[in-house]
Amino acid sequence: MTDHAAAERPHLVEKEQAGVIDWSSGPRRFITLYLPLSLFVIVLLFPFYWMAITAIKPNSELYDYKNNNPFWVKSPTLENINKLLFQTDYPQWLLTTMTVATVATALSLFSSVLAAYAIQRLKFKGSQYVGLGIYLAYLVPPSILFIPMATLIFQLGLFDSQWALILTYPTFLIPFCTWLLIGYFKSIPFELEECAMIDGATRLQTLWKITLPLALPGLISAGIFAFTLSWNEFIYALAFIQSAEKKTVPVAVLTQLVEGDVYHWGSLMAGALLGSIPVALLYSFFVDYYVASLTGAVKE
Amino acid sequence: MTIAAEARAGHQFSQGWLTRLFDYKPFLVFICLLPALGLLLVFLSYPLGLGVWLAFTDTRIGRAGYFIGFENFQSLWHDPVFITSVWNTLLYTGVATIGKFGLGLWLALLLNNHLPFKSLLRALILVPWIVPTVLSAIAFWWIYDPQFSIISYILVDVLGWRETYIDFLGAPWPARFSLIAANIWRGIPFVAISLLAGLQTISPALYEAAMLDGANAWQRFRHVTLPMLMPILAVVLTFSVLFTFTDFQLVYAITRGGPINSTHLMATLAFQRGIPGGQLGEGAAIAVAMIPFLVMATLFSYFALARRKWQQGEDND
Repeated sequence: MTDHAAAERPHLVEKEQAGVIDWSSGPRRFITLYLPLSLFVIVLLFPFYWMAITAIKPNSELYDYKNNNPFWVKSPTLENINKLLFQTDYPQWLLTTMTVATVATALSLFSSVLAAYAIQRLKFKGSQYVGLGIYLAYLVPPSILFIPMATLIFQLGLFDSQWALILTYPTFLIPFCTWLLIGYFKSIPFELEECAMIDGATRLQTLWKITLPLALPGLISAGIFAFTLSWNEFIYALAFIQSAEKKTVPVAVLTQLVEGDVYHWGSLMAGALLGSIPVALLYSFFVDYYVASLTGAVKE
Repeated sequence: MTIAAEARAGHQFSQGWLTRLFDYKPFLVFICLLPALGLLLVFLSYPLGLGVWLAFTDTRIGRAGYFIGFENFQSLWHDPVFITSVWNTLLYTGVATIGKFGLGLWLALLLNNHLPFKSLLRALILVPWIVPTVLSAIAFWWIYDPQFSIISYILVDVLGWRETYIDFLGAPWPARFSLIAANIWRGIPFVAISLLAGLQTISPALYEAAMLDGANAWQRFRHVTLPMLMPILAVVLTFSVLFTFTDFQLVYAITRGGPINSTHLMATLAFQRGIPGGQLGEGAAIAVAMIPFLVMATLFSYFALARRKWQQGEDND
């Protein structure tokens, strides 16, 4: 079929192929590829540049576009960051967020490893339904859950405590991690585990000594991803925490740094910037794992 | 095999009943699923059911409610703020999804070319998706400032296209579109990178065959790229619609539903009525009202697109 069509329209083919070569050379490639691509990158990154430049501007430059170029800063200042670190509870908020994110991630990873192992390796009756149920749990958005969850948290006496967040974050972390890990466990040959069991290892020894070391990239992906998701979480932290000093960074920046009608844009931007840095750092070290977990989660 | 291993294990390790118990499969399955299912049942399934129950009661903070049937829904039906929030949510989801997928697909196609520094580019593009949404929303809040907006500065002082600064968040329609723009900005990276992963699985042989048959660039996109991308597109679309529909952070951070409640989404309205307002029952009713929309949107985007998978004869499951 292909040959036939090609023979029938030789001139067309030649023209097309010539067109393809044309396409990848010179000005046309610039217009169709590099120009839109650089526009995308500029638009996607500009808010961060703007955040950073605002954070180090003194007020005299911040509110005067007539005499200063707003895209640059003449006399950078650390005053905003200084104010943030020493006159507010910002270090405390960072510490809280770090603790909550770490503990919630550890808890979810632990539960997910066991669940994924049970679903993928122990293959019990109905295991695929349990897998499906966990997947469906991922589709339940926090916006629907936070009100009944708030009443539950209140009944359990966890309101305004870090445990409220540590115990509720796994509701969106476990489904995600479990699915990612099921995918990883699938890619590990079962024969390796069989060998270990023939040599007399118990199931849990096999999991600990054979499966987990082999699934390490998957564990890292799931771990850093879960950490990022809990660092970024907003609605539960907003609803379940009341005292100013116990808030997480995203909530505290929005609710504690905005005082009345006067917005201190310099320190607000500094707060947003500092709050983004931990995840940005983690991200820069593990880019490939992020991409793997993102695409892996979608493909499953 | 399993039995043999168990028997051997029982033989070699005579540590006793504990070891044997942990190799007894039903027990092991139970133990392994306990933490995950326990957490999900207590903190996800139970609240989901409780939420539906609360929607039919007049619960307030600090006071247990009584069953009042459909009263919450009836009063919401006559509540102009709620009706506006429903339209806003539909508009927000519709326009933002089209924008995200149009631009995201374009970006994915651009990235699928041979480029220098490709992995660096991919890393930079994902940044808006990694950074906490609320924190980038605060940056947008500042970008949309009525007096010091950098967009207005460019349009008025640099390019001279306008006379006055734009009041982005002061009037309902500009505010709605400002929020949609921020949402599109936030969503492009996820769509682009997932679709890029899908594009990379398409075999170059298919394009060669199409070219030999005389297909031009558009035809190659329409008849090779798009059908091959459909399964992953369906999944990404489902997720995107789901999370855009229930979005809370961007609107809460940038406008808090203002000016005069005109930009409320259902999620932000549920929060405002439920937590600061104390009307837990009414808030839960608004949240429950989202569920039918969500189920419909999910089913539609999943089946309308995933159906194509077997039409292409790729997989018959």
